[in-house]
Amino acid sequence: MAKYKTHLLVCGGTGCKASASDVIKDKLTRELDEKGLADECQVVMTGCFGFCEKGPIVKVLPDNTFYTQVTPDDAKEIIEEHIIKGRKVDRLLYKDPTSKEEISDSKHMGFYKKQMRIALRNCGFIDPENIEEAIARDAYAALGKVLGEMTPVEATQIVLDSGLRGRGGGGFPTGLKWKLTAQEKADQKYVVCNADEGDPGAFMDRSILEGDPHTVIEAMAINGYCTGATKGLVYIRAEYPLAITRLKIALEQAREYGLLGKDILGKGFDFEIEIRYGAGAFVCGEETALIHSMEGERGEPTFKPPFPSVEGYRKKPTNVNNVETYANIPVIFLKGAEWFSAIGTEKSKGTKVFALAGKINNVGLIEVPMGTTLREVIYEIGGGIKDSKKFKAVQTGGPSGGCLTEKHLDTPIDYDSLIACGSMMGSGGMIVMDEDDCMVSMAKFYLEFTVEESCGKCAPCRIGNKRLHEQLELITQGKGSKENLEKIRDLCGVIKDTSLCGLGQTSPNPVLSTMDNFWDEYIAHVEEHKCASGACKDLMKYIIDAEPCVGCTACARVCPVGAIAGERKGPHTIDQSICIKCGACVDKCKFNAISIK
Amino acid sequence: MSSVKIKLNQKEVDKLREVCASFNNEPDELINVLHKAQEIFGYLPAEVQEVIAEELNVAVAKVYGVVTFYSFFTMIPKGKHPISVCTGTACYVRGAEKVLDEFKRRLNVEVGETTPDGKHSLSCLRCVGACGLAPVVLVGEKVYGRVSPDGVAEILAEYEV
Repeated sequence: MAKYKTHLLVCGGTGCKASASDVIKDKLTRELDEKGLADECQVVMTGCFGFCEKGPIVKVLPDNTFYTQVTPDDAKEIIEEHIIKGRKVDRLLYKDPTSKEEISDSKHMGFYKKQMRIALRNCGFIDPENIEEAIARDAYAALGKVLGEMTPVEATQIVLDSGLRGRGGGGFPTGLKWKLTAQEKADQKYVVCNADEGDPGAFMDRSILEGDPHTVIEAMAINGYCTGATKGLVYIRAEYPLAITRLKIALEQAREYGLLGKDILGKGFDFEIEIRYGAGAFVCGEETALIHSMEGERGEPTFKPPFPSVEGYRKKPTNVNNVETYANIPVIFLKGAEWFSAIGTEKSKGTKVFALAGKINNVGLIEVPMGTTLREVIYEIGGGIKDSKKFKAVQTGGPSGGCLTEKHLDTPIDYDSLIACGSMMGSGGMIVMDEDDCMVSMAKFYLEFTVEESCGKCAPCRIGNKRLHEQLELITQGKGSKENLEKIRDLCGVIKDTSLCGLGQTSPNPVLSTMDNFWDEYIAHVEEHKCASGACKDLMKYIIDAEPCVGCTACARVCPVGAIAGERKGPHTIDQSICIKCGACVDKCKFNAISIK
Repeated sequence: MSSVKIKLNQKEVDKLREVCASFNNEPDELINVLHKAQEIFGYLPAEVQEVIAEELNVAVAKVYGVVTFYSFFTMIPKGKHPISVCTGTACYVRGAEKVLDEFKRRLNVEVGETTPDGKHSLSCLRCVGACGLAPVVLVGEKVYGRVSPDGVAEILAEYEV
């Protein structure tokens, strides 16, 4: 193997690839070739670095220089200045927003300082399409250890002792799940990796599969050994083409190296993995629905018990775990259950990956120890709210979760504290909202999602959510009254209590938590028919103030529906019956004469 | 399902039968077969579903039930340059709705429809995982990030030739 002096790591995650990071990689490689440096420096396309806000990212090793928002045109300068002359390209370095100082080493950046990367340990370090790089970072060492030194019962005990809980949202103890499947007697058992990441705004599972697919394969093999399964299935979204490609390459390489297939590592253990594709149904994240989908059926959930550990795929005992859960497994075996359980809080051990998005400065993927507060996540790692606006709420747990507000900022984040605050961990999406967001509209937005994604099997979810959505629609159109609010509360209770699966049982959460935390906003919508943030179009009016208006006619010319009339050099007016509230006039007016009432 | 029968290209039908055979005509593999079929035909009209039902020896109603359950499968042909606006939460709070409205206005179609010239179809999708670039629009496989309503005309102009 060639030994390189310098490595240039280019982010090949979906976000950076969308900003031409593969062109950057090609240009860097070409520049190195031209300068005759191809034997000295290597360009590697890695998985996601997490700092998507400042992508595309290029990192130079061994000096750890972190270049942000790189364009293909910058490739030449990076090679000529940094690689040849040893001078950093200052203009591409990250600038700390408060101190305005340039920071070259990512370890000192606010975004990375508080992070602890276990599940994401290899993302942004290795070439995910090269098994040797993964092995150099200890991939498959845990599998070797388990197969060589432990019985299935002993290995399962380590997962139990680590305190690891399911990262897909439920938070069920992983070791216990393994034990339950192991206890069943059957001629065939299955382990399944749930990579049907349907929660909008959460993209950790895809990043792990894109950046470090071998960790998932290794963990599934360990899972197979512990539970007595010889077959693994990865159920992955068809919408994730890059993750699928990299997983396929990784599976092929693992087979070549004898890490999958018959008699793995000569220890007499057989294990194979197949891929199954999802086809766009949020409910398939629920394990019974997922299993039906893998069997070629509509992805409708069924009542538990029987649990999949007893009767799952093809009616055989099946263990289903999420991608991020699996990514923790090899490290637990290498560093020990004690090491792992020392991280986090009393009942939530280890770290959690969150996808930070919305009105926040540093959008990206982060991993922090359980127990980190929301304030640390939003202000220190996330860099605070965009455009210096005021923080209003953060939504966790996606369409099943709730909104947390200012008063929750110092709550340590773990499974139980989030539930106590009326939200939940979910898969780890965190959407930050500022003063311009209307909480009633937000609740309506999530409900639209649920209505669309409800599988229709049980009435409370299929019909109840639709009725709930209609009530919210009335309120945002200014046709609601206090009576509607009461109906909403009742309906929420019924849907939660009587729905068949987790989707329906949690779908009212965004509504209930916004009602609890932003009751005044709901009241303003129904009593005064006002939406303070201006998000509900039907509740606002654009009005031209006659005094500052100079009659320049700019607004009348830009209005797409001809709703603005007035004499040249005289004050203009808006005909409210025609106005479609597009806001084009406000943007055009140079005299600040148009306001929203 | 549509009442007017369309004529399928025999070559493509043969290819579809081959796909079914490659999965041993197992009813279990229905979703995998549908993925492949959509790659071949671009969409899944009733006639394609009938062929699959016959090959896998299941009821057409079952095939139809699965096709309509999953949002990835479509029974309407997509445009030559299909446009998908991400309406995941991150894109939503960064103004995806206004971008979608602008596409609707300029193309004069609703979500799920295709322009009469067959050039563009408009759809919504939930999160492509490029939340750092929100709001995101996909035209075919090309990703456009940080799209504003004003930028819509510019994107459409790229496909004007």
